[in-house]
Amino acid sequence: MNILVCVKRVPETGARIVLTEDGQRIDTRYLGFTVSPHEECAVEEAVRQIEKHGGQSTVLTLGPPEAVEQLRAAMSIGIDSAILLETDGEEWPPMPTAEAIVEAIRQQAEAGNTFDLLLFGNESADAGGYQVGVRVAQALDLPCVTGIKALEIRDGVAVVRREAGGFWEVFEVPLPAVLTIKEGINVPRYPSLPGRLRAKKKPVLEIKVGTRAGGLQKIRLRTPEEEASQVQILGEGPEAAPKVVDLLEELGLIPS
Amino acid sequence: MILALIEHDRGEVNPASLELLTFGRKLAGSMGTSLHALVIAGPKSLAEEAAAYGAEVVHMAAHEQLEDYAPEAWARTLTQLMDAEKPEVVMAAGTDRGNEVLAHTAAMKDLPLATNCTEVRVGEAFEVTRVRWGGSLLEDARLLGEPRLLTLAPFSTAAERLPDPPEPTLRSFAPTLSERDLRVRMKERLPIRTEGVSLTDAPVVVSGGRGVGSAEGFAVLEELAGLLGGAVGASRVATNNGWRPHADQVGQTGSKVAPELYIACGISGAIQHWVGCKNSKHILVINTDPEAPIVAKADYAVIGDLHEVLPAVCAEIRRRRGT
Ligand SMILES: Cc1cc2nc3c(=O)[nH]c(=O)nc-3n(C[C@H](O)[C@H](O)[C@H](O)COP(=O)(O)OP(=O)(O)OC[C@H]3O[C@@H](n4cnc5c(N)ncnc54)[C@H](O)[C@@H]3O)c2cc1C
Repeated sequence: MNILVCVKRVPETGARIVLTEDGQRIDTRYLGFTVSPHEECAVEEAVRQIEKHGGQSTVLTLGPPEAVEQLRAAMSIGIDSAILLETDGEEWPPMPTAEAIVEAIRQQAEAGNTFDLLLFGNESADAGGYQVGVRVAQALDLPCVTGIKALEIRDGVAVVRREAGGFWEVFEVPLPAVLTIKEGINVPRYPSLPGRLRAKKKPVLEIKVGTRAGGLQKIRLRTPEEEASQVQILGEGPEAAPKVVDLLEELGLIPS
Repeated sequence: MILALIEHDRGEVNPASLELLTFGRKLAGSMGTSLHALVIAGPKSLAEEAAAYGAEVVHMAAHEQLEDYAPEAWARTLTQLMDAEKPEVVMAAGTDRGNEVLAHTAAMKDLPLATNCTEVRVGEAFEVTRVRWGGSLLEDARLLGEPRLLTLAPFSTAAERLPDPPEPTLRSFAPTLSERDLRVRMKERLPIRTEGVSLTDAPVVVSGGRGVGSAEGFAVLEELAGLLGGAVGASRVATNNGWRPHADQVGQTGSKVAPELYIACGISGAIQHWVGCKNSKHILVINTDPEAPIVAKADYAVIGDLHEVLPAVCAEIRRRRGT
């Protein structure tokens, strides 16, 4: 089994998003970086499938040089190697992102490295385009199922489940295939110290990619208007309980 | 012409598609064009519903192999209708299926796609506003391509039924599908078992975060939810620590809930959590820290330790009930 997982570096925004003055990006001066929980779960799933079936795994990102941090994080929980499609830091729209990933996958295939399973997050944490995995699948003519919350591989077939309106939808697709993962498929492990040390020595293939425009062109970012705080403090500590129950009664929420 | 894909599950229309039609009708008005709808493998009642929300023409696509939802086959059907009808805009609801079908459509046609839009402005350029970070951030963008492909963020437009719905003009459409288009098909459908009230239907959601401290710590949240006929929710810290299953998670990568009352206990109010609960009618916070960001955003707050406040609230409910 040979698995590729694709992730995206995003700022770890807290309770408020602060934008740069020109509205072009999030002000990340005081922020750390991470990947979407969907992608964390995709990385964990790749590691689990390799633990079960044997083989190797690769993590790929398209991003600035600093995104190597997210690649090392994935390698620290068990991914074997990494590919960095290095940009100049500008955000890429989904179409060119998918094209660059497809090119990298083709180059790997030419070098004898063909993937049986391509994992993506269902949607990126920041831009939320819901399309890079699907575009890659179409370009490579691979079957694709999105929103996966359970995966079992049997005899070259991926049996997957996703949630839809109170039901599990079950699909079976032959490998190679593309799956986009949702959080909840597993609970990702924390990296161990030896895992972190090993990750530092694992190979990262760096490929520079030039800037590319797409047909979805960002003009500016805006934060939605915040309403002024109207909070009513009901009290402090357990003494506030009668006030809370008054409120529950007022809202008609206490069944008789 | 604007073409809107109607989403349905075995004949039952998705409410997000009615929002889409309302949005599409207004956009068609502002562009001086007409609104068409596409129903794939659905009953005629869907066409009537589409007309009641503004579709002037409803294309009914049918194929012997198309019974259940199949993403690529739906996208192929849509691209073939696009070839035949040459719409200016093609749109779907920003649901799991709507985004999936339009992503396939965009890839097949090598077109850009703007997902989860809340507004469209048509002037010299075609501009959209779309949501990022699950709704915490807006992006204004120019969208290129012929046709323009977009999905509409759910709940961003209120569905409006026409007072006097006209009879829909029906046109049948027979797509040509290959085995390849049908390679991803649902094999079975299994009900998800849930105990008690579900998170998204509950009138009250009692949610816990890091402040709860442990899996056992959730017992008092369970107790209050039980007394109120509600459900228990959680922040990602609680699910990530294995205190609660992921199905309980509220937020950007969990469920979006809108109960009468959301009670956030030991949750700080990160934007990724907030987008999952902000549509609640009322929000009550229980937090030791008066400066926690969620306090200022809430309607009501109790400053205190949830492990002291919640038992006192449960006791008070019992006392008033005389049980
Ligand atoms: C892309 C992305 C997606 C995400 N998706 C989600 C999501 O879907 N849902 C989600 O929840 N998070 C999500 N997160 C994580 C999110 O950013 C926060 O890390 C998380 O919501 C914090 O959880 P918390 O409020 O429980 O913990 P904290 O932020 O640590 O807050 C704990 C709070 O508990 C209070 N407290 C402590 N002890 C007590 C006590 N005894 N009594 C009362 N109060 C107490 C503290 O004052 C504090 O305010 C996501 C993050 C990213 C990057």
